[in-house]
Parts: sequence; C-alpha cells; structure tokens
Amino acid sequence: MSIRATHEIHERRFSRNRGVALLLLAFIALVFGLTVVKVQNAGPTQGFDHVVRPELIEGAQ
Amino acid sequence: MSDATFTPEYEAQFGDYVALMKPRVMSLVVFTALVGLLVAPVALHPFVSASAILFIALGAGASGALNMWYDADIDAVMRRTAKRPVPSGRVTPGEALAIGVGLSGIAVVMLALATNLFAAALLAFTIFFYAVIYTMWLKRATPQNIVIGGAAGAFPPMIGWAAATGGVSVESVLMFALIFMWTPPHFWALALFMRSDYDDAGVPMLTVTHGRRSTRRHILAYTLLLAPVGPALALTPVGGPATLATAVLLNLWFLKGAVEIWRRDETAAEADGYRAEKRFFRFSLYYLFLHFGALVADRLIAGVL
Repeated sequence: MSIRATHEIHERRFSRNRGVALLLLAFIALVFGLTVVKVQNAGPTQGFDHVVRPELIEGAQ
Repeated sequence: MSDATFTPEYEAQFGDYVALMKPRVMSLVVFTALVGLLVAPVALHPFVSASAILFIALGAGASGALNMWYDADIDAVMRRTAKRPVPSGRVTPGEALAIGVGLSGIAVVMLALATNLFAAALLAFTIFFYAVIYTMWLKRATPQNIVIGGAAGAFPPMIGWAAATGGVSVESVLMFALIFMWTPPHFWALALFMRSDYDDAGVPMLTVTHGRRSTRRHILAYTLLLAPVGPALALTPVGGPATLATAVLLNLWFLKGAVEIWRRDETAAEADGYRAEKRFFRFSLYYLFLHFGALVADRLIAGVL
C-alpha cells in the first residue's frame, strides 16, 4: 500500500516548484517572443551554411 | 518549529526568493528605467521595451540578493531589516549568493541580446557598483556611503535610455543626477528617525559619525544642490511645461521640508515623534515618482507617445 498522507511540507514544496515552473515557462515565452520580434524587424536575412552566395561570385551580378 | 520531526530545516518558499530581490526597490527601478526608455528619441518595439525593463529589474533584484547575502550580519541587528529572508533564516546565505550571481548573469546577457551591448554593460556596472563598491566597501567604511552608493540607484533611467538609443546624452545624465542628488536627503531623513538601528549595526551613517546636527545641515545642503537639476532637465528636449511646473513646485516643497528639518533640534524632533522628518521622507518618495511622471506627461503632451 502506498503512502497517501500529504504533509504540509509537500504542499509548500509543490507551491515553490509550481512558482519555478511558471517562471521557466514565462522565460521560454519571453525568449520566443523576442526571437519573433527580432526576426520580423530584421532586414533581408541570408543563410550562410552550404548556400551559394551570388554576391561572392565574381561577375555573377 | 512545531513539525521538527518532519522538517528539520525551514524550506524557503517562492515568496522568500522574491523578497530577496527587494521588490519595493525594484518598483522604483522599473519606473525610472521605463521613463528613461519612453522619453528616449528612439522608439523600440513594445515587446523589446517590456523585455528590457524586465531584465533591468531582474538585474536590480539580483544586486538586492547580493546585498542581502553580504549584509546578513548587520541586517540581523537592525529592526527594519531583521525579518529579511537571510537574517531570519528562511533563505541560506549560499542560496542568496547563487541567486544573486545567477540572475545577474541572466539579466546582463538577456539585456544585451534584447537591446544592445552598451545598455548591458551599464547594467553590469550598476550591479557591480551596488554589490561591491557600495555594499562590500563603502557602506561599512564611510559616512558618505549613501552619497556615492546612491549612484547605483540612479543608473536605471540611464540604462533605459541606453537600451533605446545605445548611448548616453545630457538628458540621461540629468535623469541620473536627479536620483543621485535626491538619495542622500531621502536616506538621511530615514536615518534621523530610525536612530538606534544604524547605531546598533555599526554602520557609519552620518548621524552616528558626525552627529544629528550635521546630518540636518547635510540634508539642507543636498536639497539645495538637488533643486536646479529638475528645472535643468525640464529645459532639455525631453522636458517641457509639465516637467518645469512639477520641478519648481516639488523643489519648493522639498526645500521647505529641508529647512524645517535644519531648523529643528533633537528635543523638538523627539517631542513630536520626528513628524517633520517622517513627512520629508514620505514626500521624497512622491518627489521622484512625480518628477519622472512629469517627463512622461510632457511626451504625451508633445504627442510623441
């Protein structure tokens, strides 16, 4: 039979853990939001990995 | 503790960690940084602005935690601070240090990513100034601790301005000067009516080292030095009629209070329970909020916001 009694300390621990969890979720949302805003406000972007960059090829333009 | 068998040690609650970050000081930081950012001539995306303010507040909170970690010994003997999380045993000194250092790093790096490196460097310097220069060095070494340490509290509007513009200007320096000059009279008024606290802790407050008569003179002197800063700020591009009117009225009122404190002696102050000093201290809080509020009002009048 499992122990079912919940001591007051478990409730307090749960409240602290919930606070930390919410804080981490809020931080993730914040970083995601910042990323979206930064990408939307950035000028034309260009990938650099394994991509031909026409402006680097002489006479291509 | 009644449940000693189950809980040999108190476990910190989420609220204890929040208290570690001095939320009341943070509210002032948030407000002044927000004003610095709003009145700046460069508009940031609202989400970036809100994030920047959050990270500046986080940096302030982190330096508060570092202050509580280092000052736990003197906080324990002062009535005003004895219930803080570390001296009361709710948070261990190690936790306070870890939170202070960790959050400082997060705040600075995130501010750099959200805005620019200059604003982040200014935030890092502010945290260093408050935690090391003020808390670890000046606070216990010189009665001018409040004067120089006040710079730490004066940086937030400059950081807000730097977050938007990426630099420093006359306007942001004057916003800094306003808080910098305001801090000494604000804290010395507090020291006058919280007398035994600083004495017991051995913190070299001006009241302890130079006496109470000298403190009253200092309050008046710094209030006089503070008086031209507000009107000067009103004459810069971020100011306007609202700031000018507010600056003149607030400074007249503040000067009146400082003169009243200067003219009183201890017998008169003790007789009425330090009423004038307490009133001056309370008013000093409104002074800063109204002054910075007036800057925003002027931006609204100008139709910029």
